[in-house]
Amino acid sequence: MNTIALTPLDLSLAALLVIALAVVSAFLRLQVSKSILVAGVRTAVQLLLVGLVLEVLFSNVNLVWIACIAGVMLAVATREVQSRQKRGLVGVWGWGVGGLSMLLSSFVVTLFALLLIVEPTPWYDPRYAIPMFGMMTGNTMTGVALALDRISEGAWSQRGQIEAQLSLGRSSQEAIAPIKREAARTGLVPIINAMAAAGLVSLPGMMTGQILAGNPPEEAVKYQVLIMFMIASGTGFGVVFATQIGAGRLFDERSRLRLDRLRAARS
Amino acid sequence: MAAFETKGLVARHVGPVDFCLAAGDCVGLTGASGSGKSLLLRALADLDPHEGEVFLEGIAQGEISGPNWRSRVGYLPAESHWWAPRIGDHFSKEAFTDEVEQLGLPSDVFDWNPERMSSGEKQRLAFLRLLSVRPEVLLLDEPTANLDAAMGLVLERIVRQRRDEQGVSVIWVSHDLGQLERVAGEVLVLDGGSVL
Repeated sequence: MNTIALTPLDLSLAALLVIALAVVSAFLRLQVSKSILVAGVRTAVQLLLVGLVLEVLFSNVNLVWIACIAGVMLAVATREVQSRQKRGLVGVWGWGVGGLSMLLSSFVVTLFALLLIVEPTPWYDPRYAIPMFGMMTGNTMTGVALALDRISEGAWSQRGQIEAQLSLGRSSQEAIAPIKREAARTGLVPIINAMAAAGLVSLPGMMTGQILAGNPPEEAVKYQVLIMFMIASGTGFGVVFATQIGAGRLFDERSRLRLDRLRAARS
Repeated sequence: MAAFETKGLVARHVGPVDFCLAAGDCVGLTGASGSGKSLLLRALADLDPHEGEVFLEGIAQGEISGPNWRSRVGYLPAESHWWAPRIGDHFSKEAFTDEVEQLGLPSDVFDWNPERMSSGEKQRLAFLRLLSVRPEVLLLDEPTANLDAAMGLVLERIVRQRRDEQGVSVIWVSHDLGQLERVAGEVLVLDGGSVL
């Protein structure tokens, strides 16, 4: 089956929809028109640039370049995790917790899938490695950001309850346990919901893309299941690492709650 | 040997503070709002970082783990927070039947949800919850602020009993100088974080 090639005119028509949305938002004074337009322009520019980079990478398969691209993706995701938290940790841990959690989860799970499941030749074939790592990082980023935000906000708002427990000789682990549970649940709910609704409520993006590109639905489904499982485990491990490291940083070696390690709230 | 002692204790906005309590002693602590009374108690309970030395039975704070220290040096904040959905999850009914009655609380209080408690009930129950850990030192931050005068006297009596029978040392923060005269052998006045 041949793919129907999209022309610049086709994309311009799609862009008209976004512009229409911005106009309606402005008319209703929702104060999001500018954000919609900026985000739309960013989507187009960023994806076009990525397309160019991928073209070069696909024609010159080189592990160092692929590692560099993965590093850039991880760095941007790390920054995004930090900016999505109302009160993150101060200093190097502010981005360190998110970055480390994503490195330990999305990187490792992608390597696992490339080396043991998909097994392309070479194993770092950018046609597989880059999209898989991109999807892993994007989803893990959301889970990690949600979990870290919930941990810091929970500790801030429940300071009295945490210190009441510490004052009775409870350990920091015991005192923060309910907040950690809640944070882990918050981070994992999006992917659990996505897995539960996959195929019934919506066709996941990657599968839709493959079908539109002319691949047989059966193959598209198999890849989608693989990706869903990878995303679930990557997000899960990322959230677990983030809550463990994040909660740990809220206490010092004397098991004292250290809210001074959180930065001031963003409005 | 002193039961509880500080040497050059300096915490945020407080200090240096030096004092020494024998077993069963009670020191009163007073001063204007914002003079650092609560911050001093928090440092003694090792809830806030601080410098200088604090000793319990001659053992430096650093040699005892944080949780162990806080179970031995019990801190009752002015406003008590709760976390369990039922009062009875915090301490056993059997161990405190007498005290619950003395403090004017109903016998079914152990089945209550903390949400329904008044501030006075919370304060009395938080006090009993702290006693249930059997601390050797009590750091009481205005423990009768939400109680009427009669109930305040009952709480004073329970503390005196613990001092006499178990040798518990006490630091009692209050704005009520009459109360401090009744409960404390010595009263320290804190001003701008320093003892006058």
